[in-house]
Amino acid sequence: MASGQNPLADTGAAPSLRRAARRETLVRTALLGATLISGLAICAILGFLLYFSLPLVFQGQAGEILAWRWRPFQGDFGILPMVVGSLLLAFSALFLAYPVGVGLCGFAFSQQHHPWGRLVLAVVRLMTGVPTVVYGFVSVFLLVPLVRTWFEQGTGFCWLTAGLTLSILILPTIVLLIWSQLEQTTPETRLAAIALGFTPSQEVLWVHFPQASRGLAAAAVLGFGRAVGDTLVALMVAGNAPQISTSPLDALRTLTAHIALVLATDSTSLAYGSVFASGLILFATAAAVNLALRRLKAPPP
Amino acid sequence: MHRCLSFGFTWFGWLAALVTMGAVGIFVGFLGIKGLAALNLRLFFGEASPWQVLLGTQPAVGGLWPACLGTLYLVLLSSLLAIPLGIASGIYLARYASPGPKRLFGFAVDLLAGIPSILMGLFGFALILLLRKTILPQANTGLLLSAGCLALLVLPYLILTTQTALEGLSPTLHVAGLSLGFTPWQNLVHILLPAASRGILSGVILAVGRAAEDTAVILLTGVVANAGAPQSLTDKFTALPFHIYYLAAEHRTADELAQAFGAALMLLLLTASLYALAYGLHAGIAKKWEHTPIIRP
Repeated sequence: MASGQNPLADTGAAPSLRRAARRETLVRTALLGATLISGLAICAILGFLLYFSLPLVFQGQAGEILAWRWRPFQGDFGILPMVVGSLLLAFSALFLAYPVGVGLCGFAFSQQHHPWGRLVLAVVRLMTGVPTVVYGFVSVFLLVPLVRTWFEQGTGFCWLTAGLTLSILILPTIVLLIWSQLEQTTPETRLAAIALGFTPSQEVLWVHFPQASRGLAAAAVLGFGRAVGDTLVALMVAGNAPQISTSPLDALRTLTAHIALVLATDSTSLAYGSVFASGLILFATAAAVNLALRRLKAPPP
Repeated sequence: MHRCLSFGFTWFGWLAALVTMGAVGIFVGFLGIKGLAALNLRLFFGEASPWQVLLGTQPAVGGLWPACLGTLYLVLLSSLLAIPLGIASGIYLARYASPGPKRLFGFAVDLLAGIPSILMGLFGFALILLLRKTILPQANTGLLLSAGCLALLVLPYLILTTQTALEGLSPTLHVAGLSLGFTPWQNLVHILLPAASRGILSGVILAVGRAAEDTAVILLTGVVANAGAPQSLTDKFTALPFHIYYLAAEHRTADELAQAFGAALMLLLLTASLYALAYGLHAGIAKKWEHTPIIRP
């Protein structure tokens, strides 16, 4: 279809045909241009993060940034507590949401011809449309006071509250990915399972889940990526203290919240450096998640 | 043992569904009760008269109006930037690209889709830092920069939905057009794009919803509390999601808190209805093609 090989381009064909061939070339170039811009955007984002964070490495400040203490007024700019915070929060949210997501898929599958099952799936689909800031907002006025009064300790802005809120945020991502895998099961497999006398739950557990093991793993990876990348829930309810949390009632600060907090205040150049280093770590995490998903999507070797 | 496990799984499934529906119910109920009480004209226009605000003769002091306008401008501008670019890229990837470039661009688009939104904001912020150091010392964050970064954020959604919609069409459609003597472009404009229009439209709606709700991007690229309606593309501005975030931490009076609940309910209704519309369109496509016999060429 390439215009370069278009037989009408250089022959004595009618002018209207030549015009059409020229238009094909033009369209093709314009579409390619648009695609190139999208590709350039990615390169630009990575390029900027590198451009602003690499000087730190070459000027020997990497050691100051990859340290355990963040006290900007005393000259300590370590971001490792935020790395730990991001990981703790993301894994705990995944730990809470993943089993619920798997259970929910089992329920929806066994009830798929029943209004309840369809209702649950519809609600989960709509949950993807809830703005993150609204999750954070409701959590501040609903969950935070509850945690504060139940545990009678701290302010309620803590790891536990943020983890619970974040788990609701990533639940639809997990459910919808597993569900798309369950939908791909062939009618032959289903018939065979039913003919063997499997109940819907047995069918999901012993036939479909083992078949969709890569999909199950992909759901966990995608849920983790979504949890690490979220800014607003962590920023609004996690308390944002730059420390290593040891108890679920401790406040913590994630990398995403760190970027937002530091740039919201006027800061020195080393503080900016820590922001771009945080950005680079987040980018690397997103890229790793993406690569893992690609491997899981590819047909098994 | 197996029997116990699958029995347990059944109960666990019911429990998971119950817990999730309960959580969503409490969440929506809480926001609905608190937010509905605040929904009235004063929420939008403060003490000013609605007509005068709409005509632009009086600023809406203390109302949500500037935030609504800010969000509207953001969505319009970022759509203007992202929709043509996204649809064009989607068409290219679905119909024109050869396998090598297609794989490469596909990877780039997937990567862009997975990048946390705060990094788009950081990108905009870094762009301003760079411009200040080099050619434009007076460069500052503002409406256009935010819209540009939001456009980057929604671009992968548009590309992927356009590409999927075109690739999901029956091959007979493609062959029918070519056999009538259409050039690839005529085939695209007169047959393929109309057939894929619902899928593409659902992608556009998703992108608009995403641009309206995102807070992290605008947080770093020029949103400020209590800005009036923006007068130019480089002005600072305020927007609904940021207003909610700001009031959650900084409300001083019960009135401001009520306003925050009203704003949160409005934003939820806006994005939820946009997403529902997109899903509806999508489900419609599945129905439409369900009974079309596919004859492989």
